[in-house]
Amino acid sequence: MSAPSDTFDPTIAATPPAPAHAVRPFYWSVRRELWENRSLFVAPIVAAAVVLLGFLVSMSMLSHFHKLTSLADLDSGDMAAPFGAAAVLVMLAGFIVALFYSLGALHNERRDRSILFWKSMPVSDFLTVLSKAAIPLLVMPAIVLGVVFPLHFVMLVVEMVVFAAHGLSPMALLSSLDPVARETMLIYGLITAAIWYVPVFGWLFLVSGWARRVTFLWAILPPIGLCVFEQIALGTHHIANLLGHRLFGAADAAFNSPTPGSALHIMVADMDPLGFIGRLDVWLGIVIGAAFFGAAVWLRRYRDPI
Amino acid sequence: MTAIEARGLKKSYGKFVALDGINLRVDEGRILGLIGPNGAGKSTALNAALGLTAFEGSLSVLGRNPWTERDSLMTDVCFIADVAVLPRWMKVSQAVDYVAGVHPRFDRAKAEALLAKTAIRMNSRVRQLSKGMVTQLHLALVMSIDARLLVLDEPTLGLDIIYRKQFYDSLLNDYFDKSRTIIVTTHQVEEIEHILTDVVFIDRGKILLDSAMDAVAERYAELMVTPENLAAARALRPIHERQVFGRGVLLFADVDRQTLSELGEVRTPSLADLFVAIVGGAAHQGAAA
Repeated sequence: MSAPSDTFDPTIAATPPAPAHAVRPFYWSVRRELWENRSLFVAPIVAAAVVLLGFLVSMSMLSHFHKLTSLADLDSGDMAAPFGAAAVLVMLAGFIVALFYSLGALHNERRDRSILFWKSMPVSDFLTVLSKAAIPLLVMPAIVLGVVFPLHFVMLVVEMVVFAAHGLSPMALLSSLDPVARETMLIYGLITAAIWYVPVFGWLFLVSGWARRVTFLWAILPPIGLCVFEQIALGTHHIANLLGHRLFGAADAAFNSPTPGSALHIMVADMDPLGFIGRLDVWLGIVIGAAFFGAAVWLRRYRDPI
Repeated sequence: MTAIEARGLKKSYGKFVALDGINLRVDEGRILGLIGPNGAGKSTALNAALGLTAFEGSLSVLGRNPWTERDSLMTDVCFIADVAVLPRWMKVSQAVDYVAGVHPRFDRAKAEALLAKTAIRMNSRVRQLSKGMVTQLHLALVMSIDARLLVLDEPTLGLDIIYRKQFYDSLLNDYFDKSRTIIVTTHQVEEIEHILTDVVFIDRGKILLDSAMDAVAERYAELMVTPENLAAARALRPIHERQVFGRGVLLFADVDRQTLSELGEVRTPSLADLFVAIVGGAAHQGAAA
């Protein structure tokens, strides 16, 4: 104790109660998630740093070992590929962190009993789950954008400098790489992926709020069990196909890709927003995901907290 | 104005009856001590009042049903449900920012003034604080909320006596006024009995005593009886008898003090002694400090 705290300080008790002030419970609930889970932005930044380092090394090798004489010496795909790879790697880092975040979102607070503190605040269970759900569905895509934009910008400047150093036109490179189209595609890809994965994150939230222990096993074993059961009982594998489609089909649903699965070479022309929002599986996913999130709210509200 | 009104409040976990139809009324501006052994139903009763657990019977907290109207109730009610529930990863400054950001009745200046009186630094994390400091932090946050009902469930469990004394002094001096109601459960009965206005003994889901503290002093008397008067004192039917230094100490309910004073030394029993007498030897460990 720096000061004896049992001395009565009349100035504190005499302070008239402050009038009720405006609050922003959603904003502060999201901020508190970011305070607790710093890996949400650290992981994408680290991924970006790794990408940038690899890119700088490759650029220095390029300028050392190749004598660039014209843009035609290089396949434009070779120049564009690192940008796509950078975006995919940062997205992947963000996605994995978001999966683990979701699995702990409603479980960690019960394990460390801090739920009794959160529930002593005037923040409803609905708002709490909403703010947590915003992390994988809104905040993570925004973080990925916030990391990939500057990363792409630095990569672009470096490539242009290397080109200029070899006496080539940086502007020709710029027009061949078409950054505006690329970033548009990134934004579109992030939005469609967030929508596509609503049921996946919803399921993880439900398990997180329901399981008392080993959330990871509860998250993966029941779906695997269903697949195995169907395979043995009926000899079919519709469930496995369905789950596989949901886990790996985001790009296929969002893009008219002539080569399914090769995300790196998806071109701007392949973006198909109308086709995406017209898909039944997209809407079914949203409905099922919303049901999972709703069940997670119900559990947090009506089940004994510890 | 009634802060809490329970009628036939009941809660079972399978075959175990945690609350066996209790009736309780707490008026605004009171400090109620809810005292009982482990597993008596104290925490269940508090959880029901805080909307944390479902219940049978009727229960009204500040005019609301805590189970169905929990969200609006939490603006007027604050609680420390147990020791050490503050998230360990949180910084002190973050805890203040968060509560200020979500609670319309939080007075940030008051919280900072209360924290300035302690050794807690704003950039410490909760995990770096001692158990006593975590409780000080939680209390500073809660006392800076202008709530009408404050519920404290074993708030000082595991703290040393210096922190316990500071906790209750601070609560009384810097927080309590006649517009607020405080309910507190604790094992350290003797440390809170001087701040209580009301006391409830609870055991096995039933209320065994529900009284204002003034009435306790009027109703119960403890007699340290001289050996030659022991038989006469026993004839007055004490509710409890124990031996201290070879002399009988008898506890009476509703017996005239004048009559008793002729048999020995009369005084008002401590809550701990009254608890042992009423709740009984089986629950003795629950009352011991």
